[in-house]
Amino acid sequence: MRALTPWTFLVVPLAFLVAFSYVPIVNMVVYSFTDWDGISPDYTFTGLDNYTEIFTRRELFEVFLTSLYYLGASVIQIVLALYFAMVLSFNLRFRNLFKGIIFFPYLVNGVAIGFVFLYFFQPGGTFDTFLGAFGIGGGHLWLGDPDLVNYSLAGVSVWRFLGLNFVLFLGGIQSIPSELYEAAEMDGANRRQIFRHIVAPMLRPLIGLSTILAVSGSLSVFEIPYIMTGGSGNSETFVIQTVKLAFQFNKTGLASAAAVVLLLLILLVTWVQRRLVPDRRTEIS
Amino acid sequence: MTVSEPRARRLPRLSATGVYTSLIVAAVVVILPLTVVLFTSMKTPEELASGESVLAPPDDWFNFGNYATAFQRGHIARALLNTTIILVVSVTGTVFIGSMAAYAIDRFRFRFRSLVLGLFLFATLVPSITTQVTTFQVIDQLGLFNTRLAPIALYMGTDIVAIYIFLQFIRGIPASVDEAARIDGASYFTIYRRIILPLMKPAIATVVIVKGIAVYNDFYIPFLYMPDSRLGTMSTALFRFKGPSGAHWEQISAGTILVIVPTLVVFLALQRFIYSGLTKGTGK
Repeated sequence: MRALTPWTFLVVPLAFLVAFSYVPIVNMVVYSFTDWDGISPDYTFTGLDNYTEIFTRRELFEVFLTSLYYLGASVIQIVLALYFAMVLSFNLRFRNLFKGIIFFPYLVNGVAIGFVFLYFFQPGGTFDTFLGAFGIGGGHLWLGDPDLVNYSLAGVSVWRFLGLNFVLFLGGIQSIPSELYEAAEMDGANRRQIFRHIVAPMLRPLIGLSTILAVSGSLSVFEIPYIMTGGSGNSETFVIQTVKLAFQFNKTGLASAAAVVLLLLILLVTWVQRRLVPDRRTEIS
Repeated sequence: MTVSEPRARRLPRLSATGVYTSLIVAAVVVILPLTVVLFTSMKTPEELASGESVLAPPDDWFNFGNYATAFQRGHIARALLNTTIILVVSVTGTVFIGSMAAYAIDRFRFRFRSLVLGLFLFATLVPSITTQVTTFQVIDQLGLFNTRLAPIALYMGTDIVAIYIFLQFIRGIPASVDEAARIDGASYFTIYRRIILPLMKPAIATVVIVKGIAVYNDFYIPFLYMPDSRLGTMSTALFRFKGPSGAHWEQISAGTILVIVPTLVVFLALQRFIYSGLTKGTGK
């Protein structure tokens, strides 16, 4: 009887886990070796054809380059978040107000953010007006120009996600016992030394976590560009392309292979990161 | 967090100006795009067409006409209802699924225990967007496509962060509590229901907040699985403004503000819980 008890609690959670996480993952791997269109009752196995197609057709693989803009943006984002977390760990005036303002965008609905910035970047819109106030000429199509669109979109991504990194770092800094600072200050350490030898080591696991989130986030960008530009003019990302392959062009096999490539990349990044920075999560079990 | 009020360290005077300047710049960068949309939401089409600066405040601060139009034409009431149903059911389900799994895994020793734990933890590593291609087939075959059950099932079954939070928390509840109840003749289900669940309130609060925000803001699941316009959620109903309203920015702006306001209210009311919830919940 007792041997069965845990399973009565696990039946429902496991059923959901298998149906909505593992069945899709297994199917995805299977379909990735087929030419299935997602509709026909049958399909044929085509071996590694889909994978070869992804890595040899330039336009299919090139969308990965779009991720580099977002990766660059997340470096800026992490640095800014560290700066603001450091600054706001001091006892400043309006501290909570600034904290709230910097964090709030993270909570805002993605579609709402998309519209706010569609309007922001319109010709003659907020951004142009703002630049105009400093005498910087307008005339740029921030979202229409293929050379600019990814910078604009990556900027939106920083606006949206900075708050999460910032709050994580701030929590990390505030959990450092104040005696440590006091002792260091008494020993005559300056602020740069305090950051390097006290704050940075304590934040390392959080910076590691933010790095995985940044890399896997940059590889799987979807919402902001899909809502704002629909992936037009150079702004197409790997996930937008995959979703289009699957749901517009009915290339389920090829889309599955693309998704497997993305999944493997993300698992690889996570694995590398875990090797470099020991994780707290392994403590469970 | 167990940290007491942050230490009252003061900034060295020299750098104070620079620091405040940077904070004010950041605040402007956050607030300006939102403010412009708020202004636009209260302008008439004529005001918008007049060619005055987008930064100019509206002529009439109480012109809520666009809100009425957006609310009606965007079917915001229906969207709010759909989102609320999906949110309440899936968050409740997540709490039960997560806490039951955590209870079984932490309190019992059984065969395949580490395999089960491994399955749950591995799933947290798989970004759900990568598997949408085939998740779609599963939802379709279960007959859930174009029903509210599709997002509900997916929110309950994929994002497993909740289990991680519950597992961490339940380890802090001494097993002697269960054993005492067991001696008094309570069944395992009673122990879960009457002892473990109530003791896990702080973890439940964290899960409700983290999951609630994620569900309210989610776009692609309702977008992919509920194309029926009667099943619009706050995200997808707002997204549809892009079509029929064309370039009616005053209405789009009003719709955008309508979607942001509930978030702002919840944030102002629950600030402290949200900060600590996210700090605990971002193990993913």
